[in-house]
Amino acid sequence: MSYQPRNARAHQLLKLNLAPWRMATVGGLLLGGLVLVSARAFYLQGLNTDYLQGKGDAVSNRNLTLPTHRGQVSDRHGQLLAISTPVESLWARPIELKLSAEQHARLAKVLGIPPQELSKKLARKTRGEFAVRRPVTPEQAVNIAAMGAPGLYLRREFRRYYPAGEVTAHVVGFTNVDDLGQEGVERAYQSWLVGREGERHILRDRHGNTIRDLAPIKTAQMGGNLALALDLKIQYLAHRELAAAIATHKAKGGSVVVLDAKTGEILALANQPIFNPNNRSNYQPGLMRNRAVIDTFEPGSTVKPFVAAAVLERGLFRPDSVIQTPDNFRVGTKLVRDDHPHPQLTVTEIIQKSSNIGAAKMAMTLTPQQFWDVLHRVGLGQLPGSGFPGETAGLLRPPGTWRPVEQATMAYGYGLSVSLLQMTRAYMAFANDGEVMPLSFLRREPQEITGERVFSPIVAREVRTMMEAVTQEGGTGQSIHVPGYRIAGKTGTAHKVLNGSYASDRYLSSFIGMAPASNPRLIIGVVIDEPSDGVYYGSSVAGPVFAQVMGASLRLLALPPDAPETATRMTQSTPTVVAPTVVARIGGGM
Amino acid sequence: MSRLNVVLALVLVLCALAVIQAQHRARNYFVELERLKKEARALDEQWGQLQLEQSTWANPARVDTLARAQLGLVAPVPDRIHVETLVGAP
Repeated sequence: MSYQPRNARAHQLLKLNLAPWRMATVGGLLLGGLVLVSARAFYLQGLNTDYLQGKGDAVSNRNLTLPTHRGQVSDRHGQLLAISTPVESLWARPIELKLSAEQHARLAKVLGIPPQELSKKLARKTRGEFAVRRPVTPEQAVNIAAMGAPGLYLRREFRRYYPAGEVTAHVVGFTNVDDLGQEGVERAYQSWLVGREGERHILRDRHGNTIRDLAPIKTAQMGGNLALALDLKIQYLAHRELAAAIATHKAKGGSVVVLDAKTGEILALANQPIFNPNNRSNYQPGLMRNRAVIDTFEPGSTVKPFVAAAVLERGLFRPDSVIQTPDNFRVGTKLVRDDHPHPQLTVTEIIQKSSNIGAAKMAMTLTPQQFWDVLHRVGLGQLPGSGFPGETAGLLRPPGTWRPVEQATMAYGYGLSVSLLQMTRAYMAFANDGEVMPLSFLRREPQEITGERVFSPIVAREVRTMMEAVTQEGGTGQSIHVPGYRIAGKTGTAHKVLNGSYASDRYLSSFIGMAPASNPRLIIGVVIDEPSDGVYYGSSVAGPVFAQVMGASLRLLALPPDAPETATRMTQSTPTVVAPTVVARIGGGM
Repeated sequence: MSRLNVVLALVLVLCALAVIQAQHRARNYFVELERLKKEARALDEQWGQLQLEQSTWANPARVDTLARAQLGLVAPVPDRIHVETLVGAP
C-alpha cells in the first residue's frame, strides 16, 4: 500500500466499485468459454480429424462412374442389327421445380405438347425426380438446356436401337428399360453383350478439372459385340416374301428358315406376324414369339423322306422297288388314304407324289424301335441346340408306347410334332451328304465345326434325288422352279388339330427344300399357318415363298447354276489371264 | 562448413523448384489426357450414331423401294443372264 495516487480524486472516479464475486463470475465465464473453444478446436484438429477432412474432400474429391454400354449386334457382313447410343432425357425434380409462365409455354412448345398437358405432367408429386420425356431429340435438348429452368434436368442415357426393325425382330429380340435382354439373341447372350461400369476416385481443382487419380482406376468394360450368322439381305428377302404370301393367302401366320447346308448357320429366320422392336407401345406378347423356334406343329408329308431313308439304309427297298399302294390299305381299323390314288408306285414315286399309303407301308416294314431310331437321329424330339431362349424339342414319343396305327400315321407326319427350325435342320442330313451340322445363330468359321453323321452319303444322295423328283414333272411340287438351279424338296400339307380332332378345313402348308441339288448350299423351310383363301397345298402356298427366297439368295451368293438345260445361257469363256505385275518385291522371297 | 551449408541450401531450393515444376507439368499433361479421353468418348459415340444413320439409310427395305420406284430396276429374267465359267477355276 505504498502506492499513492497523485490525483486521488480522479482515481476515485476510475475505481471500480464492483463486488469481487462479480469479477470472479465474468472472469470464470470467459475462461470457461476459452477452454470450451480450445477443447473443441483440439477435438476437431487433433482427435476427430476425419470429419473436417471429409468435408474438405467432399469439395475436391469425386467418385466418378465410368459409363459403359451394351455391345452391338450385327449380321454376318457387319450390318448393324442393334446398337446402344446415348440420348438425352428430360427429368424434373418437383421440390426445386419453378417455371415462369413464359418458360412453361416455351417448354410445352419445345416438347410439342399443349401447355395444359405439360402442367398435368409436371404436377406429379413424387419424392425425388421423375422422367418428363425420354428420350428428347438433340435439338430439344439444346433448347431445354438454354432455358436453364430450375428443377429440370437433362440426363444422358443409352438407348437401344434396332435399325433393321421388324425384319430381324424375332431373332435379335429386345431389351427392357433396364437394358436387360428380354427376348431372342439379346436374352440368350445377355452376359456377353452387357458391359460393366467402371469407377474412378479423383481429385478436382476449383475449376472442376481433374488433377489426379486418388485410387487405381477400375476401367469400364464395354459390352461385347456380336456377329450373327444372319445375312441381312437374305433375311429381308425371307421377310418380304413371307409377308407377301401371308397377305395373298390370308393366313394366320408363318415362318421361314434359311440354313447354310454346309455349316449349320442360320442365315435367315423370319416370322409373321411381326412387331417393331423400336416402338413397343402396343405390347402384344403373341407377336413377339419366334414361331419357327418355339411353336410346334405336326409335320405332315415332310417326314416321308426320313421313312425312305430308313428303309433304304436297312436295304429293305431300293429307290426303284415297286410297292403296291391299293386304296383300301388298313392298319388296324384305320384306313390310310391318298388324295390321288395310284395302284402301285416305286419308292421314288412315293416321295414324288407324296403317297400316304406308300409311306405307311414302308414304315410298317420297320420295327417301332428302328423307325424311332431314324427320327431320333435326325433330331426329332430333341432340342435343336440353337441356344435360342425357349426353343422346343417337339414331341416324339418313345417307341415302346406306339400302337401300329400310330407307326403308320407317323410315316406321313401325324402323331409327332416338330418346330420348323428342327425340321429344317433335320433336312441337313440329306443336303450335306448325311452329316448334320450343329445349328448356330452366330457366325462361325467353317473349321470350327464338326458335324454328326446321320445317314451314309449314298442314302442321303438317293433320297435327295427322290426329292428332286418332287419338283419335276409329275411331282407334288412340279410348279416350284428356281431358274438355273436344280432343287430338291418336299411338300407338306397337314390338317390342324382343333379341339382334339383334325379340322377338315384348317391346314398348315409347308415346304422344305434345298439347292443347288447337285451340291446343296442352302436349305429353306417354309411353313404357312391356316391359309384361308381356298388354296392350301404346300406346293402352292409355301412352295412359291421357297422358290422366291431360294432364287434370290442363290443369286446373292453368286453360286454357279447347275441346271444348264433351263433357259439360262451358259457361255464358257477363257479367262483373260493377266500376268501379275510385280510392283515391289518385299524381302525377295517367293 | 558454413559455405557447404549455403551451397546445400541452394541445391535444396533448386530441387524443390524442380519438383514443383515437374508436378505442374504432370498436372497439365493429366488435364490434357483427360480432355483427350473425353474427346475419344465423344467420337466413339458419334461413330455409333453415324453407324446407326448409315444402317438406316442402307436398310434393305428402303433400298428395295428406291431401286424399284426411283431407278426402275428389276431382277433380270433368266435368258438375259450370262454365266461366265472360268476355265480351270475351282
